[in-house]
Amino acid sequence: MIASLICGISSLTLLQFFVSYSRSIIAESRGHKLSEQAREICGITTSSPDVEHFGRLNQLIALCPEVDDDGFKVRTVSMYFYLLGFAKTIMSWAFPAANPWIEAERGGCAYVAAVVLDRRIARNRMIVADLASH
Amino acid sequence: MLDPVNYAIWLAVLLVEIFSFVCLLRQKAFSKHFTLVFYLCACVATDIGSYSIIHASGYESDTYFYFYFYSQSLLTICLYFVLMNLYSHVFSEMGVAKYIRACALLILGGTAGISYYLVAVSSNRMVTHFVAELGQNLYFVGVVLTYLLWGAMAKLRENRTRLLQLVLSMGVYVSLSAGSYAMNNLYPNHTFWQYFFPVTSIWLPLSWAYTFTKVPADAQLATARVLAPNQ
Repeated sequence: MIASLICGISSLTLLQFFVSYSRSIIAESRGHKLSEQAREICGITTSSPDVEHFGRLNQLIALCPEVDDDGFKVRTVSMYFYLLGFAKTIMSWAFPAANPWIEAERGGCAYVAAVVLDRRIARNRMIVADLASH
Repeated sequence: MLDPVNYAIWLAVLLVEIFSFVCLLRQKAFSKHFTLVFYLCACVATDIGSYSIIHASGYESDTYFYFYFYSQSLLTICLYFVLMNLYSHVFSEMGVAKYIRACALLILGGTAGISYYLVAVSSNRMVTHFVAELGQNLYFVGVVLTYLLWGAMAKLRENRTRLLQLVLSMGVYVSLSAGSYAMNNLYPNHTFWQYFFPVTSIWLPLSWAYTFTKVPADAQLATARVLAPNQ
């Protein structure tokens, strides 16, 4: 009985803490303005990337060498993105009013992925320029 | 002996803990966040200890069973000290550090006492079940304390990003651990747990390494942006 209760409450707090933690990572990345080069590479024409861009951004991140040790951020945000996707599937028939919020959150995840890719491209270009100058 | 998967997990956990320890030292967090460094040292010591016990007595032995659960309980107590450190940072301007320490010790003693009582009064269970029950209860009290701290931070409009992320990652870890310990008590003797518990222990050192390397010490983030939807 106690174990079931603890399990139930812990699952709810886990969800809340994880959502807040992911949101703190998204909010932290919002301060970064995407460069034109990154927009061009990712095919982003709007002010911020759409939800549909997330998959492509992740593929590009996987192709771009990790130089700044940001893999943890990408994996956490990806987990949040897929969790939201699961929530969207459940909520779409039970609570459709939540859909715009979920989509906005998923858009935030796509923005973080774009920021990570932008930083990786910039860092790799810097390394190439350094190597070329030697 | 460890199977290849267990061995890979053990090695990954150890490397992540050492990596996180180095990150904390490189960011000169030793004095400000001593309890975090202490916790990581305790984790590394536990990992090395468990490896040597597995080598000497075997993975399925009682010795390893006792060592695992008692060392986890000690690590949870170390985690309480980390939590108290975070409490003292949040309430640093109020000068209530000694009350926080006294409160933490009271809660810790109370949890151990209640866990022992619950097991002792159940005649159908072995007293050795105490360790598993204690782990579950200690983590759950950790959940409650972290939740209270997070509530206080929201109320006080705490905006230090590092502190915010440390508390939230702690919340994720203690909730995950309390939930999985409770599930383990409900469905024990399942092989899944021997892989799941070590994997979850990677979260805390990884998130600390991320926070200390990626988030500047003076970075600020409004709590409202984390709490309120889509700001």
